[in-house]
Amino acid sequence: MSEQLALLPAYLTAHLQLTLFALLAGSAFSIPAGIVIARARRLERPVLAVASVIQTIPSLALLAIMVPALAALGMRSIGFLPAFIGLTLYSVLPILRNTVTGLSGLDPAMIEAARGVGMTRNQQLWRVEIPLAMPVILAGLRTSTVWTVGIATLSTPVGATSLGNYIFAGLQTRNLNAVLVGCIASAVLALVLDGLVRALGGALLSRRRAPLIAVLASLAMLYAYSGVTFVRGLRGASADRVVVGAKTFTEQYILSDIMAGRIGAATGASVEVVSSLGSTVAFDALLSGEIDVYVEYSGTIWATIMKRASAGVDRAGVLEEVGRFLADEHGVELVGGLGFENAYALAMTRRQAESLRVGRISDLVPHAPRLSIGGDYEFFDRAEWASVRDSYGLAFAEKRTMDPSLMYQAVASNQIDVISAFSTDGRIVALDLVVIEDDRRAIPPYDAVILVGPRLRRERPDVVAALKTLTGTIGADQMRRMNLAVDQDGATPAAVAQEFLRSRPISER
Amino acid sequence: MIETQGLTKQYGQSTVVDHLSLSVAEGELLVLLGASGSGKTTTLKMVNRLIEPTSGRVLIDGEDAGTLDPHELRRKIGYVFQRIGLFPHMTVGENVAVTLTLLGWDSTRAAARVAELLELVELDASFAHRQPSELSGGQQQRIGVARALAASPRLMLLDEPFGALDPLTRDRLQQSFLRIRRQLKLTAIFVTHDMVEALVIGDRIGVMHDGRLVQIGTPAELLQFPADDYVRQLMNTPKRQAALVDGFLEARAK
Repeated sequence: MSEQLALLPAYLTAHLQLTLFALLAGSAFSIPAGIVIARARRLERPVLAVASVIQTIPSLALLAIMVPALAALGMRSIGFLPAFIGLTLYSVLPILRNTVTGLSGLDPAMIEAARGVGMTRNQQLWRVEIPLAMPVILAGLRTSTVWTVGIATLSTPVGATSLGNYIFAGLQTRNLNAVLVGCIASAVLALVLDGLVRALGGALLSRRRAPLIAVLASLAMLYAYSGVTFVRGLRGASADRVVVGAKTFTEQYILSDIMAGRIGAATGASVEVVSSLGSTVAFDALLSGEIDVYVEYSGTIWATIMKRASAGVDRAGVLEEVGRFLADEHGVELVGGLGFENAYALAMTRRQAESLRVGRISDLVPHAPRLSIGGDYEFFDRAEWASVRDSYGLAFAEKRTMDPSLMYQAVASNQIDVISAFSTDGRIVALDLVVIEDDRRAIPPYDAVILVGPRLRRERPDVVAALKTLTGTIGADQMRRMNLAVDQDGATPAAVAQEFLRSRPISER
Repeated sequence: MIETQGLTKQYGQSTVVDHLSLSVAEGELLVLLGASGSGKTTTLKMVNRLIEPTSGRVLIDGEDAGTLDPHELRRKIGYVFQRIGLFPHMTVGENVAVTLTLLGWDSTRAAARVAELLELVELDASFAHRQPSELSGGQQQRIGVARALAASPRLMLLDEPFGALDPLTRDRLQQSFLRIRRQLKLTAIFVTHDMVEALVIGDRIGVMHDGRLVQIGTPAELLQFPADDYVRQLMNTPKRQAALVDGFLEARAK
């Protein structure tokens, strides 16, 4: 628990930055836009319709869409920016709608009185319409505030640190403490910010100076803190810093911590870990220089990026071709294999495999029409699945996409018959699952390899050398044990990584 | 002081005010009397350009109101609203001083003027710090009158100002208004549908019907020489009502 709480200041600060800046940008757009719409009623329908459509996009998808969108524009596509833009878009509707409603719902007698005493159009707006509509506008702002705090937890997969780091990593590594800390912290933050906006409304309404100053001072302090920490964060992001990326599963968290630890110890460079990146987000981020290094799997590059046929290739050949492709096409260096393969594999419980006499995927084919299969978020969209399906002619009765950790529980409790597992997953041992042999080699090999981006490759040969010391040091067994230590025994990835580094100091080589 | 020439307002096909020409002399109070929908309020609002006329013009001291800046024009003309229209987010004092603020008065000078005005409308100076919602309807409309008078206008427009008040309060406010009017020698146009109020308040009465000015004259002229049946019936209303009351009282006495 104390390990988790130690992360709180950083996560909370990042979450606060995202939320406050997005709300500021959202209000800065929505309130003036609402004022314009309230005057030019023709615009009301189209503008509110667009805002409503944005609102109906699932929030996680909206944030994820920002990544390729920004990349297409040649902008920083992971981290703060996509999360900030997504959250800003999301915050617009409640504020905009309430501004329009607040202004257009005013008593016409008030407007006429304002005109009658000789106010110009602007004076009417500032002295009468906005003050009278303020309670409704602030109610919209409160709704946006609570939403934004909540949705900001979904910034983690696009590479922005937030309280969502607790939740995503906690769900992946089955660390309920982390999930709990993340949820409670974001709930408390939502309540505090909501309370501040409510207090602002109360202070404006009571028209007493002291409470208004107190609320404005609190808000100003929060913004100043967020701004200062944000700018300091940008400054800290000097060319010197090495950014290690991790995808959204336990093994990646452990490996990123191992790499970060090794780089730090060997070169003294300051290292930052950006965790919980989506699979293709990680590769794009490497190309754009937003992360410098991460662990990829040779088959993923082979199938997803090179779009090569999955079937019938050998491990060494794939590794070599992938390395050449990355260097030639993208200037990315494949430093080397870590020493294990983490392949997609179909797995089922030992009991069921034995009762159906399934050892190879070929054996599974006749049973498939009566079985269900679960896959992680990407599995069914990947070339590997198409390859397995087509090479064997597999047709399952039911296909479900699930969260990986829930998927394992589902297969262990017989709610699903077959799952897409990773061959190094500690849970295969822990839950007594068996990996079904890919007898037609429909799935390509998945050597875990360290990829280094163009900038790091060029500028920091010492870091590349430090990473080289890790090649061939982790066997499949060891990786499975390390995964199990996190997934089952509740160790943190950082602790497991440290343990590994202690057991293999550089000098030993 | 005020003259309207062929003042007309049309909304699409319907003519709300139809070629209305009249004049109000300096210091005179003209009542526009008519049923609802007769165009009297529209006429009033065209004087300070809350409504722009379709055709015709309004002359104020010989100057075409259509050529003046509408905001400056309105600041120079006191306007009392039918629905009072005090701003709920401002104190009573801020409401009274609202035109002064628009004219750029500093706060000390404005506060002194507010105190003067509250006294004029027979309210205690402490009212300045209260919220409009704490006031009774009669008190609110006194504030409405004070607000209209803030910038010392020579011309006042009043749109059924006492119509929503109970009879006793209305009576007191009418008396207060008459006193203020004499004291300040105001020129005013006063819209009402209440025959008795028109007779009590007006120097002259203009009767409106279906957007047209049917007859204009002193109360005595209208009573003696009604221009048509409509005016005659209208003028007879108070008498008819009084007769009804008398009859009722006699019946009770027997």
